Amino acid sequence: MLNLNTYIGKLKLKNPVLVASGTFGYAEEFSDFIDLRELGAIVTKTITLNPRQGNPAPRTCETPAGMLNSIGLENPGLEVFISEKLPFLVKTGVPVIVSIASESGPQDFIILARQLDKIKSVAAIELNISCPNIKSHIAYRISHIAKLIAQDPKSTYEIVKSVRKVTHKTLITKLSPNVTDIVEIAQAAESAGSDAVSLINTLTGMSIDVENHRPRIAAITGGLSGPGIRPVAVRMVWEAYQKVNIPIIGMGGIMDTSSALEFFLAGATAISVGTANFINPRATIEIIKGLKEYLIRNKIKDINSIVGSLKI
Amino acid sequence: MQKKVFQEKSKVISNARMAKDYFKLSLSSMRIPATAKPGQFVQIRISDKTAPLLRRPLGIHRVGPKSFEVLFKVVGEGTRILSQRKPGEYLDIIGPVGNGFDLTVATQASILVAGGMGVAPLTFLAEKLAKRKVNSSKLIVLIGAKTRNEVLCAKEFSDLGCEVKIATDDGSRGLRGKVTQLLERILLTGCIYACGPKPMLRKIAAISKQHHIPAQVSLEEHMACGIGACLGCVINTKKGFQRVCKEGPVFGSEEIIW
Repeated sequence: MLNLNTYIGKLKLKNPVLVASGTFGYAEEFSDFIDLRELGAIVTKTITLNPRQGNPAPRTCETPAGMLNSIGLENPGLEVFISEKLPFLVKTGVPVIVSIASESGPQDFIILARQLDKIKSVAAIELNISCPNIKSHIAYRISHIAKLIAQDPKSTYEIVKSVRKVTHKTLITKLSPNVTDIVEIAQAAESAGSDAVSLINTLTGMSIDVENHRPRIAAITGGLSGPGIRPVAVRMVWEAYQKVNIPIIGMGGIMDTSSALEFFLAGATAISVGTANFINPRATIEIIKGLKEYLIRNKIKDINSIVGSLKI
Repeated sequence: MQKKVFQEKSKVISNARMAKDYFKLSLSSMRIPATAKPGQFVQIRISDKTAPLLRRPLGIHRVGPKSFEVLFKVVGEGTRILSQRKPGEYLDIIGPVGNGFDLTVATQASILVAGGMGVAPLTFLAEKLAKRKVNSSKLIVLIGAKTRNEVLCAKEFSDLGCEVKIATDDGSRGLRGKVTQLLERILLTGCIYACGPKPMLRKIAAISKQHHIPAQVSLEEHMACGIGACLGCVINTKKGFQRVCKEGPVFGSEEIIW
């Protein structure tokens, strides 16, 4: 009997294939293409306390083997999310992981987490402290350089710690690859009580239209995603895996089964499919099927036994 | 739940050059032709490679019983690869997507205004409008292009019984000037359907407002997913940002904040 069950904190998943926040809307958009019930879990588009309009267009552009985006966390806010988006998600029967972000320091995270903690159908909370596209994530400024919370171990620790105090739900912290040392940030999240870390969010990038001398997205810089960033993501999962004991949810350019497997071998307990959802809405389902085939072909009974099984 | 959008492997029936850099791609499809509405589009995966990564959105040009056509111009790497796809090959298609034109408002006269590749979805629209045509109703098609070589589909429109007028930037066919000048010259009654570059649509919105004639405009924006998930393709409207791929691509011209 093949085992695909995985644990993220207290949360049991029937398989380790998730969708990355921001690439799956609130799942409705994908119901024409896949049976949502097959997913391991659904991570929502990040919500904030109040509605956000997001950034002006153009918000995306294609890059070599990837894309840049600066959506700016457009979302309907907590209240509308709960009344209009959550019921559909819950109906799928799949664990719902709600991604949250703050527009004003720790306070919003605490309010959001408190509210979500009361909702039984919310399976887990993911702290998005690593979105490169909104100013409110700025933790502090040094020499006029704005930083994300996830770019500073101390800020990461403080935010995770303060949210940990107000919720018993499984808490996942999503980290940024735009750092010198991913390990110290992952350790900060772990020591503050995070049940798992998601890595990686997008890499900050920029693309220029040389004909008109303008940036190709309105926000000038944005987050780079897609298969082009996969080696960076795999490397960071590998680095973090050696130093932290909490589960890692690996993501960054996963397009198919083989790229998903790279993350498991590097140390991810579960994986998230992101940009691939835009190109092939069936990517998640194909990966779940492909993982089973891989395990059977290699006579492996439990997917957990390949986690971190990289040979060096 | 009834599916509205399909993902299919569609066989290339033909991929023919219409003019320099312009192609007409015909694809077999079981489910898209039956549900497609004028103004909707398909998201085509041009190859299984990871670069270029994203699908290409193309307006549905015409539909047959088990097939549909799209028109495209080679403007970059993606469309260049698409132009090389051969009959018998398969393409991964998502569609039909978007809202499409509202045909119920069509009255005595429908004025279709196409700029460049804007002719593609308007041909499909003209077909539908021609079928519903009652007694004295008129179908007028105004086509704008850079040169006469880039005037596409004029014959298709006249074959459908439309009155066709043309404007080219260099005067090599029809009026020398912009298609919006043609629009200003004709007697303005009825309703306008337009597809083309944003400056053209902006001008049409102004004409629509000035003459109190409703205009539906089909917009383009950079798209990643095309199915409403990524929130990449927004346009600023009186109701806030709206997704061109989902709430659009067709909007009432008065809804847009130009």
